Amino acid sequence: MLLDTASNFFRDKSPSAKVRNLIGSANGYDDAVWQEMVSLGWSGLAIPEDFGGSGLGLAAAVSIAEPMGRHLAALPFISTQLFVQGVLAGGSDEQKSQYLPAIAEGSIGTVALFEEAGNWDLTSATAELKAAGDRFTLTGVKTFVTDAEVADHYLVTATLAGEPALAIVAKAEIPPASLSRETVIDETRRSYRLVIDGVELSAANVIRGERARNALAAVRDAALLLISAESAGGIAGVLEVIVEYLNTRSAFGRKIGSYQALKHPSVDILIGLERARSHVYHAASLLDAAEDAEVALRMAKAESSSSFAFAGDRAIQFHGGFGFTYECDAQLYLRRALWSQYAFGDAAHHRKHLAALLLD
Amino acid sequence: MDDDRAEFRAEVAAWLQENRPPEPNFLLPESFMEVGTDAQFNYLRDWQRCVYEAGYLGMAWPKEYGGGGQPQAMQDIVNMEMARQKVPFMPNTIGLNWAGPLILAIGTHAEKQKYIRGILSAEDIWCQGFSEPDNGSDLAAAATRAVRDGDEYVLNGSKIWTSLGTYAKYMILLARTNPDAENRYAGLSYFLAPMDVPGVEVQPIRKLTGEYGFTQTFFRDARVPADCLMGKEGEGWKIAMQTLTFERGASGGQAGGLSMVAVSAADVVELACNAVRDGAPAIEDPLIRDQLIGFLIEEQGDRLCGARARIPALCSERPGAIAMSGKLRSTELRRRLCQFAISLQGANGARWVGDAHAFADGLWQRSYFNAFSATIGGGTSQVQANIVGERVLGLPKG
Repeated sequence: MLLDTASNFFRDKSPSAKVRNLIGSANGYDDAVWQEMVSLGWSGLAIPEDFGGSGLGLAAAVSIAEPMGRHLAALPFISTQLFVQGVLAGGSDEQKSQYLPAIAEGSIGTVALFEEAGNWDLTSATAELKAAGDRFTLTGVKTFVTDAEVADHYLVTATLAGEPALAIVAKAEIPPASLSRETVIDETRRSYRLVIDGVELSAANVIRGERARNALAAVRDAALLLISAESAGGIAGVLEVIVEYLNTRSAFGRKIGSYQALKHPSVDILIGLERARSHVYHAASLLDAAEDAEVALRMAKAESSSSFAFAGDRAIQFHGGFGFTYECDAQLYLRRALWSQYAFGDAAHHRKHLAALLLD
Repeated sequence: MDDDRAEFRAEVAAWLQENRPPEPNFLLPESFMEVGTDAQFNYLRDWQRCVYEAGYLGMAWPKEYGGGGQPQAMQDIVNMEMARQKVPFMPNTIGLNWAGPLILAIGTHAEKQKYIRGILSAEDIWCQGFSEPDNGSDLAAAATRAVRDGDEYVLNGSKIWTSLGTYAKYMILLARTNPDAENRYAGLSYFLAPMDVPGVEVQPIRKLTGEYGFTQTFFRDARVPADCLMGKEGEGWKIAMQTLTFERGASGGQAGGLSMVAVSAADVVELACNAVRDGAPAIEDPLIRDQLIGFLIEEQGDRLCGARARIPALCSERPGAIAMSGKLRSTELRRRLCQFAISLQGANGARWVGDAHAFADGLWQRSYFNAFSATIGGGTSQVQANIVGERVLGLPKG
């Protein structure tokens, strides 16, 4: 099974010491590992065979994202998948032919969706696409653009004549000074502020109207699915760290895992893990069957985000004095949990949307 | 669902609709742990007999012993229809879900012949004698004595929290046959003990709701035939643990039917639509909406876990996690759901069953109190958490 293969792969390629080393590296990931993922067909697994991919569909990406999350791997996999889904759902055939085969060969894509206001609504972008004859100019400031430095192409949300639209922008078109690295709570991430000042684009780089709405929905769905999967993996990873410590450390003459005050919340973390995984797989199966998955996806994000945040928090506490140090791996997971919590809507945000969907 | 099953399901649905007993003019218990009056008992027992005689109970049990000899899937269809139509539950829970499957799994042919049919028809009600006044959770400390005397065992001691004790014909009894065994586990034996012998006294205990439903059982030189012993002397602990795996839902083989009145988040949503808090419909309050959605997410997560547990490839790292945490999850959710439901009623949350102005007849208040029977009985939530922590996570024992 892909999940088993990927699990073994990331356990082998992303041990904790390596994660820490990569924090100080330029790009935040090991390119050799990325190339291996490309050659295994993983970066292109959701791309249809017609465009050079494996045609497995988005749900298969869960099997990669979950073990990546478990081992805190920070490769540009999710960024690329979000780019792919946006182009697949909203791109013209020409646009798909232009970008997707390259992704299957290892090209990296990412999405530039958010802005300074911190609004999770993907249709609230204020970056502006202005038409000038048969060309467009794009101006605006985007935040939390993950993997922007290594990406070849960005899918940027903007507004065009008052309507949501997207622009596909090549990194090569952006002056280097446009990108500045943000300092974010998860040190494994590479997150950027992108200042676009009148980049010129042809119609071939623009997605508008109905296509734009489809692209935004697809990007949102893919983000909720893959970040939830990655978070579910993260819960499993931090639980493994907690259990290892509880079985090793002694206090008052006993292994500390024998104390119910530590044992019982560890079970709560396990319960959160199992629920999160179940929600994620269910959402994936609905997407696979092309069924409406909004409720399932929002539930998956709410559960995985809150459970991962709880697990990371308890991991610090349960490691005692050591938990308070940088050296303890608990902080790696807590930082990742908070990053994931605030990406694409936290649990409370999704509960609010679910209330409108389910209670009204 | 294929055509045969769809047809069967329609047949079951129709039968249930036509044959379910009318709503009684007294409160029904929420589970077998709350059957406290003769009226409640007779109503439920008659219903179980009716369901069995129609062929819808014990469908997967061997025909030779009174079962239907059919695939489990058929019983699953009946169970689903019963849940969907919210028909009354089957009172002989201990017999149907624990004693029966146990006897079918490890009992002798004679035991199966003697007990199975009566379990299904509700002719023979079963109760459980595990907990004692001094040890509710620590079953291995059982002190009730069983002393061999000729072709009988003489029982002395006391069991407590005996649900259906007033009505039971048989008790699955864990008793000590050897106080000098090499360890306390090895001195225990397991009996399928008759309740209607001299020396057995059943004393009803009043629950926190004010109603009845369980008892304390006293054994004073009560004599039971020696062939009541299941297996051999000294095997009691092993058999008791096997019973608990049935009780905690970790093993299949149950006879079917519902065991209790279901409480769902959807019920609480409906309540919120009808309740008024601080002068406005509860369903419009953002904080209440947030909590309701929280419950829906949790409940759906548990439902999906139940489905995922049947796909080994998706549970490979911890195959037992979902089954072993089932009771802990569902009972604690039920308790919190009922507790929350009361809060939707505003000041009227303080009313009780019987008050003319109680919301939903005060049933949420009653359900909340009764919910503790499941978080405490059958292994407390804290014991469950210990078990999951130790056996699933591999954490050290205390």
